[in-house]
Amino acid sequence: MLTETTTLRKADALPVPSTYDGAKAQLKRDARTSKVNTELTTKRMAWVVQVYAVRDNQDRAAFAELFGYFAPRVKSFLMKSGASPDLAEECTQEVMATLWNKAHMFDPTKASVSTWIFTIARNRKIDILRKQRRPEPEDLPWGPESEPDQADAIGLQQETEQLGQALATLPEEQRKLIERAYFGELTHSQIAAETGLPLGTIKSRIRLALDRLRHAMK
Amino acid sequence: MMNDMTQIKHHLTEPLLMGYAAGTLPEAFNLVVATHISMCDDCRAALAGYEAVGGEVMMDTAPVDVAEDALAATLALIDGGKFADKPAPVRTKDSVFPGPLQDYVTGDIDSLKWRKVGGGVSQLVLKTSKDASVRLLRIPAGTAVPDHGHRGTELTLVLQGAFTDEEDRFGAGDVEVANEDLHHTPVAEEGMDCICLAATDAPLRFNGLVPRIAQRFIGI
Repeated sequence: MLTETTTLRKADALPVPSTYDGAKAQLKRDARTSKVNTELTTKRMAWVVQVYAVRDNQDRAAFAELFGYFAPRVKSFLMKSGASPDLAEECTQEVMATLWNKAHMFDPTKASVSTWIFTIARNRKIDILRKQRRPEPEDLPWGPESEPDQADAIGLQQETEQLGQALATLPEEQRKLIERAYFGELTHSQIAAETGLPLGTIKSRIRLALDRLRHAMK
Repeated sequence: MMNDMTQIKHHLTEPLLMGYAAGTLPEAFNLVVATHISMCDDCRAALAGYEAVGGEVMMDTAPVDVAEDALAATLALIDGGKFADKPAPVRTKDSVFPGPLQDYVTGDIDSLKWRKVGGGVSQLVLKTSKDASVRLLRIPAGTAVPDHGHRGTELTLVLQGAFTDEEDRFGAGDVEVANEDLHHTPVAEEGMDCICLAATDAPLRFNGLVPRIAQRFIGI
């Protein structure tokens, strides 16, 4: 635990890289000095760096990497949510274009890139599939002026990774229920029904992961 | 906007937060959730957790091949500027209506076209998708809303003032989630009119003949 804090502080002191190559190099340095969850968190931090490259340099190579990984998953999510393959394809391209245009809004201390892209895909799903207006909460006053703290960003990415791992280790049946809730196959009243499923399954490890994630965001 | 954010005692339920995160709630419920979250940092953090779950669920789906020219087509969309970031809607800070609600309501409390629903209570129905309905309620200080039950789920978010019913006291920022089991008679506290945002996915059920007849005309 002590090591973790020390290395995160060290990462914090490093200047935020301004170029994609510079960021990749720094990431390698971070990975060497950090003893925690290097490989998996490194994957998530690499996505962050790619979004920064899009934001700062309109870097098409970085965008292509994000596209290659996320677009097939966004399309899959949309199809499972009821979109035809053609509509899902069209929406996926729009989601990825939105990612480009909103890159300046991304904050790695608040969300992992996977979470952020999910919310963009979800919003597109409501607009196009459900044809509804989409009330959004007021933005908190954070923006591009204050560059997010690196240690906070790494912490949040780690917690999200752990949440993903906790989900992955759920028994198949329970994981399917959670998926169905997110694909829209369960209504909110079904979710709320006294069986408590799938929320009943969000116990122990996932509950813990969610609590830690909440804490990391504050 | 709200000075007493820390006083919020009644929060959104987890099914509602999860449903909002998943994008599966009716628009009327989304409006109540988004408005509460604008007033409540705890629920904002909880929502972010459920959005993270959604992200991981999406990551875990079997990838589906995109079109061969998908990347080029997306870059063309970007170059075409059609999905350029739109400026955020203009929102007033000192309104009793938090940001998301301002997109549905123009004006302030006294300039709205309230319609009387009996017993001094007024309402303003907001336009949303048909799978549920949402309205603003204005309950004069010290007044009771007729005793009613619910067929579905009813969410009542207090924006100003406070009401008390058989369950508890609900002040600004508090949300009451009622289901079929709850028959309640909310009474607005003395002092100021109570303004609520109330959403339901089924007609309310009033007890007593006169409210039931009135219900037919006012469409609650």
